[in-house]
Amino acid sequence: MLTSTYYAGQSFLHTTRPLFKVLALFLVCTLLFVFDTWFVLTPICLAVFGLYGIAGIPRSEILLALRPAFWMLLFIFIVQIYFESLQLASFVILRFVTMILAASLLTLTTKTSDLIAALEQFFNRFLPEHIAETISLAFSLCFRFIPLVRQTFDEVTEAQKARGHHKDWRALATPTIIRTLKSADEISQAIIARSVETSHLSAANERRDREHS
Amino acid sequence: MIKIENVGVSKENKTILAAISVTLTEPRIGIIGSNGSGKSTFAKLLNGLERATTGAVFVNDAPIGKNNKTALGKVGFVFQNPDNQIVFPIVVEDLAFGLKKSGLSKQQIQSRITTYLEQFGLRHLLERRTHELSGGEKQLIALIGVLLMEPEIIVLDEPTTLLDLRNRSILLKLLAELPQKLIIVSHDLALMAEMDRLLWIENGNIHQDGSPEAVISAYRQFAESES
Ligand SMILES: Nc1ncnc2c1ncn2[C@@H]1O[C@H](COP(=O)(O)OP(=O)(O)OP(=O)(O)O)[C@@H](O)[C@H]1O
Ligand SMILES: [Mg+2]
Repeated sequence: MLTSTYYAGQSFLHTTRPLFKVLALFLVCTLLFVFDTWFVLTPICLAVFGLYGIAGIPRSEILLALRPAFWMLLFIFIVQIYFESLQLASFVILRFVTMILAASLLTLTTKTSDLIAALEQFFNRFLPEHIAETISLAFSLCFRFIPLVRQTFDEVTEAQKARGHHKDWRALATPTIIRTLKSADEISQAIIARSVETSHLSAANERRDREHS
Repeated sequence: MIKIENVGVSKENKTILAAISVTLTEPRIGIIGSNGSGKSTFAKLLNGLERATTGAVFVNDAPIGKNNKTALGKVGFVFQNPDNQIVFPIVVEDLAFGLKKSGLSKQQIQSRITTYLEQFGLRHLLERRTHELSGGEKQLIALIGVLLMEPEIIVLDEPTTLLDLRNRSILLKLLAELPQKLIIVSHDLALMAEMDRLLWIENGNIHQDGSPEAVISAYRQFAESES
């Protein structure tokens, strides 16, 4: 969930328009919450697993998608058993698992850039262009920042281990936050610098095409 | 052409650059200086990524004002840390990012990317995940991301630091052939010796400005006397 997980392939899921996939995901999550019965959850859950098969995504990726949420799910499971029942606890967990897997299916079969382009197009329909563009830049930033925080944290942890320190949350949090903020400044600069207009390129192409014809 | 007039930069009450005036016209300009002397800050001034606290910067006689879009389009910048420059998770996506507003079709963008990667012998990286690349590969991808956009002037902040010998020589050969004006910040003195003009920045000032031979030998003496 935290790093980009695009899994290249040619299945129909890979080629479906990203916007459809976003809408389908939205619909599935709504259904799961509106109708909280096994009659809805079971077919959707089976369908999601079936789609993993169709998309040709190996089982290891399913585990990877669930791993970050494991402890939280376990916690919810235990609390639910304690306060409610085993049956309800299983239902709640399976519903979360289904939603996480459905969401991962979106990121596994869609390139980040395609997803952003689709969202930009979508917002373009009812918002002025420069606002839609700003929104899509914000999405680019979000998608970039999640792995950044993760990576910075890993590096800080490693550096501290190398210096013989053990897990001390304060000692980890401070450098992680400071370094993330420092990189954040430069990443924003880079995104702005790299999203300027370069229409001279297509102009040059057209000129060349005209000369060749 | 980039003209810098009386430009100072301070941050948090600390002077990082002090009233610099210089005009950059030569095709190949190098910048050297100690760590923390202000080279990266100076380099980022040149396209408005860094704002001048005092004074003004002109790109082709137009001042970089509040809106730095024009300057950003004319002057490309390759960051010292490629991790901060690479935005997207897949190499081809990342390279395509800079061409989003080029008006080129998807195919044209694709073939442009392939051509550039082939020039560096890096075609095999096309579909790789960017966070899995080696430091040197990232540095080259970051550079290609800027070259693709064909800016008039390219500023490179320490482009050779992470490269192995082979990639360093591929890069140097390519830089030598580029039609663009280049401004290169580097500790790589062999590369700096090839420049048309060398600026030595120390303590936020231009300490010396002249031919590479003269500046490098003074810089060497300085470094040895300091240690
Ligand atoms: N955002 C900031 N806030 C405060 N000080 C800063 C900031 N950015 C840079 N500095 C300081 O400005 C000085 C110049 O930094 P700069 O990055 O330009 O140096 P440099 O010459 O590129 O060094 P290096 O060779 O290590 O890359 C340093 O002392 C640095 O600590
Ligand atoms: Mg620097």
